[in-house]
Amino acid sequence: MDTTINLTIDEKRVSVPAGTTILEAAEGCGVRIPRLCYHPDLSLMGSCRVCVVDVKDIGFYMAACSSPVWEGMVVQTNSPHIRQARRDIVELLLDNHPKECQICERDGNCELQNLAYDLGVRERLFEGERKRFPLEVSGRSVIRDSEKCVLCGRCYRVCAEVQGVHNLSQHGRGFTTVVTPAHGADMDDSVCIQCGQCINVCPTAAFLEKKHSDQVWAAIADPTIHVIAQTAPSIRAAIGEGFGLPPGTPATGKMISALRLLGFDAVVDTDFGADLTIVEESHELLKRLENGGPLPMITSCSPGWISFMEKFYPQLIPHASTCRSPMGMASVLLKTYYAEKTEKDPKKIFVVSIMPCVAKKFEAQRPEHFTPDGTPYTDAVLTTREAIWMIKSYGIQFADLPNGQFDSPLRIATGAGDIFGTTGGVMEATLRTASELLTGKPAEKLEFTEVRAVEGLRELEIPIGDRVLNVGVANGLHNARELLDKIVSGEKHFDVVEVMACPGGCIGGGGQPYPPIGMKVLDPELLRLRASALYEIDGGKQLRRSHENPSIKILYDEFLGEIGGPKAHELLHTEYSAKKPRGI
Amino acid sequence: METTTDNWNEVMAKSREALPAQILNYIAAVMEGPEPHSQLISVLHRVQGHFGWLGTEQIDAVAQLMRIPQAKVTGVATFYHFFRLKPRGKFMVHVCLGTACYVKGASEIAERFKEELGVDFGETSKDGMFSLENSRCLGTCGLAPVVMIDEEVHGKVKPEQVRALLDTYRTKAREG
Repeated sequence: MDTTINLTIDEKRVSVPAGTTILEAAEGCGVRIPRLCYHPDLSLMGSCRVCVVDVKDIGFYMAACSSPVWEGMVVQTNSPHIRQARRDIVELLLDNHPKECQICERDGNCELQNLAYDLGVRERLFEGERKRFPLEVSGRSVIRDSEKCVLCGRCYRVCAEVQGVHNLSQHGRGFTTVVTPAHGADMDDSVCIQCGQCINVCPTAAFLEKKHSDQVWAAIADPTIHVIAQTAPSIRAAIGEGFGLPPGTPATGKMISALRLLGFDAVVDTDFGADLTIVEESHELLKRLENGGPLPMITSCSPGWISFMEKFYPQLIPHASTCRSPMGMASVLLKTYYAEKTEKDPKKIFVVSIMPCVAKKFEAQRPEHFTPDGTPYTDAVLTTREAIWMIKSYGIQFADLPNGQFDSPLRIATGAGDIFGTTGGVMEATLRTASELLTGKPAEKLEFTEVRAVEGLRELEIPIGDRVLNVGVANGLHNARELLDKIVSGEKHFDVVEVMACPGGCIGGGGQPYPPIGMKVLDPELLRLRASALYEIDGGKQLRRSHENPSIKILYDEFLGEIGGPKAHELLHTEYSAKKPRGI
Repeated sequence: METTTDNWNEVMAKSREALPAQILNYIAAVMEGPEPHSQLISVLHRVQGHFGWLGTEQIDAVAQLMRIPQAKVTGVATFYHFFRLKPRGKFMVHVCLGTACYVKGASEIAERFKEELGVDFGETSKDGMFSLENSRCLGTCGLAPVVMIDEEVHGKVKPEQVRALLDTYRTKAREG
C-alpha cells in the first residue's frame, strides 16, 4: 500500500504515506511532539498521553504516537491548551513519583525530568498519596525501584520484543500496578538474563544496574591492595560520549589515562583476553570439525546469551564453546600469570572489569568463575556509565588527557580483539584465525566484511580453502531465537554461530552510556558509529589476527603450555547447566 | 542432539502433575484450535474452578503447557479481580460495603468480621474455614446491611450477631 495521505499540521499541508502516525508526520515538518512512553523500535502503547494533540472536529485530544493520519485531517500540535494539558499530565506523573531528583542515579539524564523542565513545570501543586513499593536490590545485575516507574511499558516491551525474554509484565491494577517478573519474583529468581536493556530504555531510574562503585572506591583507597582495571573492547568506543566527545570517537588512550588518575595501580586490556579466547575457541572449533561435533559451535562471550541459553535453550548447551569470556580469561590470568610475573599475592589483587554489560556483574559472581579458594576472579564489574561518573567525580578532564598505554603482560592486543565489541566481530576474529588453522597456511584474506552489519540476523557461507563454513550471526535475542530454533529443529546446518545478547552487540550493551540528546536508545546510527570506532582501531593496527599476538605466544610458552592443553583447559574453560525457571 | 543437560522433560512432567486430567485435556484441545493464547482466561477459570484459587505451580504449568511466558500469565491473573492468588476458605464471606449498607453501618460489621476471623479483606482465616471479601452492592439494599456467605444472603445483620453467624457455618462444616 503506497497510498498517500494529505493532511494539515499546524497550518502546513503535508503528504505522508498511509499508516504514518501523527507523531511521525509532525517530525517530518519539524515538530518533535513531546513524548514519554513512545519508542520508535517498540510496539505502540499510547499509555502516557504526553504526546496529545488537537485534531479538528474530534472532541478530545488524541495521542499522536498511536493515531494514524487520515485524509484531510487537521492537526494542531501546539496551543496554550495543549501545552497545559501536557503539563498537567506530567505533573500528575510527578505527583506519584519520589521527589528525590538530586540524589537519583538518572539526575540530569532522566526523560521525565527533562520533560518536566521542557513543559515548564516549575512548582508542585499537589501533595497526596504516592505509590509505595520496596526496592528490589537482590539481583546481581539489575535492580528495580518501582516507585520511580511511570508505567510506560518500555522495559517489558524491549524485554519481549527485542530480547524475546518476556520476563517483565504489569501486575495488579490501578494504583498498585507494578512491573515485575512473574509472581513478583526477584530478578535473579526469574527468567531475567541480566542483559540490562530494561535499564537502557527506562526513561527514569526504575531499572538500574547493581552498583559496584563502592567496592571499587574502597579497594582503590586501600594501599595494601593492588587494584587492576581491565577494559572491554567496546568501552573505548563509547566512553567518550560521557565527556562530550562525538559518538564513534575511539578513546583508548584517554580512557587508560583517566583510569590511572582515578587510582588504579594497573590498567590492562580485556582485548588480550579476547585474543586468547579466539586462539582457544578456534582450536575448539577445529577439534569439533575434526571430531564431528557437536556443531555448530556457538560463541560464549556474551553472559546475557549464556543465561538465555541456560534458561531457554538448555538443549544447546553442548554447542556452546566452553571458553570463558574474554573478561573471564583476563581475570584468571591476572590472578595467576600476572601475579606470578609481578610477584604479587593473588589475594591482594583486586580485579575491576569495566564492561559495557550489566550481565558481566552476574557472570563475575557465578561460582564457575571463582578461584579454588572460593573468591571471584573478577572482584567488581563497572559499567561504562559507572566508570564515567567515577571519572567525573574526580574532576578529570577526560577530553584533554594524553594517551596512556596498557600495562604488561596484558598490554598488546590485536585488532581482532578490538572488534569483539560489535556484532559479527567475534565471528570475524574467529574466521581470521580459523582460516589459517583450517588451511594450514597463512590466509590471504584478513577482513571478513560480509559478517559486518548492524542488522540482527545474518546467515552466510564463508569459503575457506576448499571448504565452506556455514556461519550465523545474531544480536538481540529475539533475532537469535530464529536462528536457534533452526539449530534445534535441524532445519539448517551451521558450523559456527555467534550470539550477542544485546542489539548491535556489546556496543549496544545494557551498561553503555545513555544516548546523547537527539539520539534514541538503541539508535542504529549510534550503534553504527560505535562499531565504526572499533573497526577504525582494528584497521590502524599492525597485528590483526589473534594468534599473531606475540604476548599470547609468550603466555603459552611461559605459562599455559599447549593451546587447548590441560592447563589451558583448567584455567580458561568453563561449563554450563540448565537453569530454572525454564523460559518460554 | 545431546539432551543430558536439558530439563525439558522434568519441567513438562511437573507441569502435568500440577493440573487435573480434565484441564490438561482442555489445554490440549485449545492448543489444537485457532488462537490458543486467547483462551488463557478461560483456562485460568477452569483451574480456579477446580482448586478454588490459582497457585504458583498451577500458573507455571498453564504457562508451560500453553507456551505463554509466565509473566504474561501472572499479569493476567493479578489484573482480574475474579482470580484468587491465595487459597480460599471453605466458606466465602462477602460483606457488602455498597452505599445503602454503608449508611446502615456495614463498616462496623466488617470490622467485627475482621476481628472474629483475625484477617483482613482478601485473606483467609488460619483454620482455612472463611475467606473474607468486600462487595459493592449485592442488589438487596432493602436488607441492608447485607452479608453473603457462599450463596446465602443474611440481611439486617447486627455486629453482635457476627460470632453466632460464623458459628452456624462452623457447625455446618463439622457436621459435613
